Amino acid sequence: MSIEVRHLTHCYSEGSALSTVALEDVSLTIEDGEFVGIIGHTGSGKSTLVQHLNGLLKPSSGQILINGEDLNGEQVNRRALRQRIGLVFQYPEYQLFEETVARDIAFGPKNQGLSKEAIDERVRYAMDCVHLDYQKYSERSPFELSGGQMRRVAIAGVLAMRPSVLILDEPTAGLDPRGRDRILSMLEELHSREKTTIVMVSHSMDDMARLATRLVVMKDGKILATGTPREIFSREALMLSAGLGVPAASRLCGALRQKGFDLPADLYRMEELREHLLRLWRHTGSEAGKGGPAC
Amino acid sequence: MLNNITMGQYYPVDSRVHRLDPRIKLILTIAFIVAVFLAHSFVGYVILAGFLFLSCRLACVPFRLLLKGLKPLRMIIILTFLLNLFFTPGDDVWVSFWIVRITREAFLQALFYSLRLVFLVAGTSLLTLTTSPIALSDGIELLLTPLKKIHFPAHELAMMMTIALRFIPTLLEETDKIMKAQMARGADFESGNLLSRARAMVPLLVPLFVSAFRRAGDLALAMESRCYHGGEGRTRLRVLKITRSDWIACGVLAVLLGLIILEGIVLKGVLF
Repeated sequence: MSIEVRHLTHCYSEGSALSTVALEDVSLTIEDGEFVGIIGHTGSGKSTLVQHLNGLLKPSSGQILINGEDLNGEQVNRRALRQRIGLVFQYPEYQLFEETVARDIAFGPKNQGLSKEAIDERVRYAMDCVHLDYQKYSERSPFELSGGQMRRVAIAGVLAMRPSVLILDEPTAGLDPRGRDRILSMLEELHSREKTTIVMVSHSMDDMARLATRLVVMKDGKILATGTPREIFSREALMLSAGLGVPAASRLCGALRQKGFDLPADLYRMEELREHLLRLWRHTGSEAGKGGPAC
Repeated sequence: MLNNITMGQYYPVDSRVHRLDPRIKLILTIAFIVAVFLAHSFVGYVILAGFLFLSCRLACVPFRLLLKGLKPLRMIIILTFLLNLFFTPGDDVWVSFWIVRITREAFLQALFYSLRLVFLVAGTSLLTLTTSPIALSDGIELLLTPLKKIHFPAHELAMMMTIALRFIPTLLEETDKIMKAQMARGADFESGNLLSRARAMVPLLVPLFVSAFRRAGDLALAMESRCYHGGEGRTRLRVLKITRSDWIACGVLAVLLGLIILEGIVLKGVLF
């Protein structure tokens, strides 16, 4: 499923004295199977943008085309469409409401009008996706789980609708490193195994470095740049002007290059930086016959 | 969706009326209400209208905002007018057909009583337009302080009001967010009969209550960790002071009351 955003502009409380422009002439195409990361400073319009992608917000002007069809057209069943484009909000654990985990996850499929067996199968599938044991958790109350578990239940609630596009707004905000890692590896799996198109909004450059195949940098309601993580992260000045940093690996790589290390400028993953450093170390080690480059 | 609801109707500009002590403004509003009830004729109403118009100018509030406050009450005002028009006995018949009889007295009385409502609403609107909700609850607390002698919880009441006012926008925002999140999961809040709509509210209300309780708990903890222990011995950051303009405002209101009382004595029975 491809999503095309054409010249999208959105104003909050349009026509009143408090009118603010949240998005201005944004154009963007999301192809099938991509993992798009949307990054930007607080208030840059990321959340507003993703809420347009499944029709929760209506554009002030511009269009959103889903497989070439206008999302806000009159014939479109937006309710059905929302189930194919799953949106996970910021802090989704605050939307849980049912008595048991299984029933909460079943809310989406139930709204799709599926049979009881199909719903049960979906619940098991979704819980499996987020690595929650069905036997152990399905009958527990979602309110007695830990924060990270609650968030995974909430994400499962969206996954149970088997959306072909999954949009997540800051899925790792406020989680401890372990909870964060679980969510990220779960997304990685979904993207590679299920071929789900994923759009993720995040503040964490390290998360993006790990997962995204393409990055969209936003600033003041406009798209500042798009490109592969390698292209984007090697332009530190651009990132700083957007009020953002670069991943830890890029920063370290930059610092080492300044000290005279012979490293490529566009490294952004810890693993590849380690590879290069090891290679460098072995190389100089064999030449000088002792411990690695001095700094 | 819900962001078109603005909190209260406070009109944030800086004016002489805005700067008045909220206690004084509360008392003056009560005095104005008394004056409205004391007025016996349309002459009195002209005086009241003049006063309202001038204070509105002094407060730099557009006059139409004052009239906008009447909108929610228009049905009551119209009903008052119609009931008085049709059911007041009188001699000077203007229109008469079938069982309907409209007399001159009835028309004047209908106009008089519906205008009374208009004055009451416009006068109190002026208070809420020029006083922020926080200042208002401060004023109420201080006015109720003498009642503490009979163990009336004045401070607690005002604190509750302040907190409630503070959280209305937050909860509205939260409602909007949860609503969207459930809509993203295919919830339908707009169609169906009354029963299914009520049932559709469950996925909205449960998370909303959970988060309201969570916020209340957090707030209580935050207040306690700042050593909040109720109103006893509590001092304020901004001490309210009666200034010269407060006395002047009181004087103006006293003159208004005097005029209205005089009008009542002099013109009694002229129009009715």
